[in-house]
Amino acid sequence: MSLAGESNGAGVGAAPAREKTSPESEVVIDCHIRELYYGTFKAVRDTTIPIVKKSITAFIGPSGCGKSTVLRCLNRMNDLVRGFRFEGHVKYGGQDIYLPSVDPVAVRRYIGMVFQQPNPFATSIFNNVAFGLRLNGYKGDVGERVEQALKQAGLWEEVKDKLHKSGLSLSGGQQQRLCIARAIATQPGVLLMDEPCSALDPVATRKIEELMLELKKRYTIAIVTHNLHQAQRVADRTGFLYVDTTQGGRTGYLVEFGESAQIFGDPQEKHTKEYIRGEFS
Amino acid sequence: MSTTADILETAETTVCQPPSRWQVIADRTFRTACHTFAWVTVIGIVFIVARIILAGVPAMREYGPGFLTGTTWDPNKDAYGILPEIWGTLYSSILSLIIGTAFGVAAAIFLSEGYLGEFVFGALRVFNLHFHPFWTHLPQRLEDLLRNLIELLAAIPSVVYGLWGIFVVVPAIRPVCNWLHLKMGWFALFSTDLSGPGMLPAVLVLSIMILPTITAISRDALTSVPPKLRMAAYGLGATRWETIFAVILPTASRGVFGGVVLAFGRALGETMALAMLVGNSNRISVSLFSPANTLAALLANTFPEARPNEVAVLMYAALVLLAITLIVNILGAVILQQTSKSQQGAH
Repeated sequence: MSLAGESNGAGVGAAPAREKTSPESEVVIDCHIRELYYGTFKAVRDTTIPIVKKSITAFIGPSGCGKSTVLRCLNRMNDLVRGFRFEGHVKYGGQDIYLPSVDPVAVRRYIGMVFQQPNPFATSIFNNVAFGLRLNGYKGDVGERVEQALKQAGLWEEVKDKLHKSGLSLSGGQQQRLCIARAIATQPGVLLMDEPCSALDPVATRKIEELMLELKKRYTIAIVTHNLHQAQRVADRTGFLYVDTTQGGRTGYLVEFGESAQIFGDPQEKHTKEYIRGEFS
Repeated sequence: MSTTADILETAETTVCQPPSRWQVIADRTFRTACHTFAWVTVIGIVFIVARIILAGVPAMREYGPGFLTGTTWDPNKDAYGILPEIWGTLYSSILSLIIGTAFGVAAAIFLSEGYLGEFVFGALRVFNLHFHPFWTHLPQRLEDLLRNLIELLAAIPSVVYGLWGIFVVVPAIRPVCNWLHLKMGWFALFSTDLSGPGMLPAVLVLSIMILPTITAISRDALTSVPPKLRMAAYGLGATRWETIFAVILPTASRGVFGGVVLAFGRALGETMALAMLVGNSNRISVSLFSPANTLAALLANTFPEARPNEVAVLMYAALVLLAITLIVNILGAVILQQTSKSQQGAH
């Protein structure tokens, strides 16, 4: 549990000073992937993305460019894949989470995740949200925390009278907001969202987007999205990944990273320009 | 037929045509065959039950419900009671079900959660062979092998289990059992000594016999838990243990329970191995080491030399066994249905 203590929460006051770090744009996760392998397949190379506190960072790019892989790197979900190998570093609050002494389970408690498919457990709405609290051995008022999380996820009004009902009885969009509530109930330092709207209809998508902008005030968010407009609407910073097929494989790498306004308004790289103009997908 | 073709024929070049006479006949024949076979099964079951009831009627008239509570079985005095056998059947089945479920579900988790594969993968990595073309598939292959081995347990004939029990299990556990009896004889479970066949060896062998059923069905249930639920639990920072016990097992509980019910049915009806191992002694005892008897063993042992009157009595006993099995299966189905209501949409 070497992650406990000072690195708890998003407040990384003890983080060492870095260049490009001003007080209002504090880097919570400093991610540098030199090479990332699944088995013998090189999935991602040369990608450096800083995740800034209380902002939304979006990863965009064509299918198979490794943007989800990069995101799952940030809370060591990739460790669950047999044959995963990583070179580089991911520093959360100044501490490298890939050090052998760091327990991946601890990392995932501080860095929460919302998945592409809504995946509530086959239990009540209340128990779904309380799951993380119980994992962390929360001793306080669980009910209060659950209510707070559901309110922050904008789901409270819809479910407050049926908290004991199965989480699976909700609609797709509600399920996804339930999953967001579940992830933020423990107030993690960072919230990772892997294409959270790709399984939802436009109305539900819009709701989640509004929710993200609301959550940004409290949480640090990194999101992977297929939807360029979504990135444009919600993200403060955007990284564009592209897939490199020149060396035989399909290796993703970061082409360009910057403020969303700059990436979408004035992209510097040829690939970024083409992608944003919609010349390939 | 031709009229249909005339109506539907729209273009000169079309290759569409109504089903030929042969296709229609084949379809009807197949449907009739399916119906026949399905009904033959049903009629077969009804016929068997009816025959047993008919053959047992004389005994039912003579002994009535007292047959179920009687404790003596003496053909010379025409005194028949099967309470010890009912007790022995339920006691041995429930004990073996407890052991079989514990080991069976544990094995299913071991097989479905990739523990073995991970271990093998780790071992290969030590020699830096984990991506070698020859060795890459070894983790998966070993998992398959282990699974097939466990399922192969179901292919061993019952009588072989019985022999194995007599010649291996009984001698192996006897010293331990007698030591337990000597030291802890005050404890009801150890209140007699094990002189040879008895409840415990029967239970041990029976639990091995029902293990493949539980493992195979539980494993299927566990692997069919959607991976996204697993990811959700891991993503919240659950350890593997927490993921398995708080998410995966509850989600798969229906399937696991179904396997347990099926195994219970098998344990109740298991005959040969128990007839060889349980001791065929007409007594009711909670002691694990005491010889006992089960309904199936009673039937198997007594039928060959039964007199006409005794055959009717045995048919009555068979009917009781049938009823117990039926009740267990119906109860299982009801519980399954109840749980399925609370878990709708889990998959």
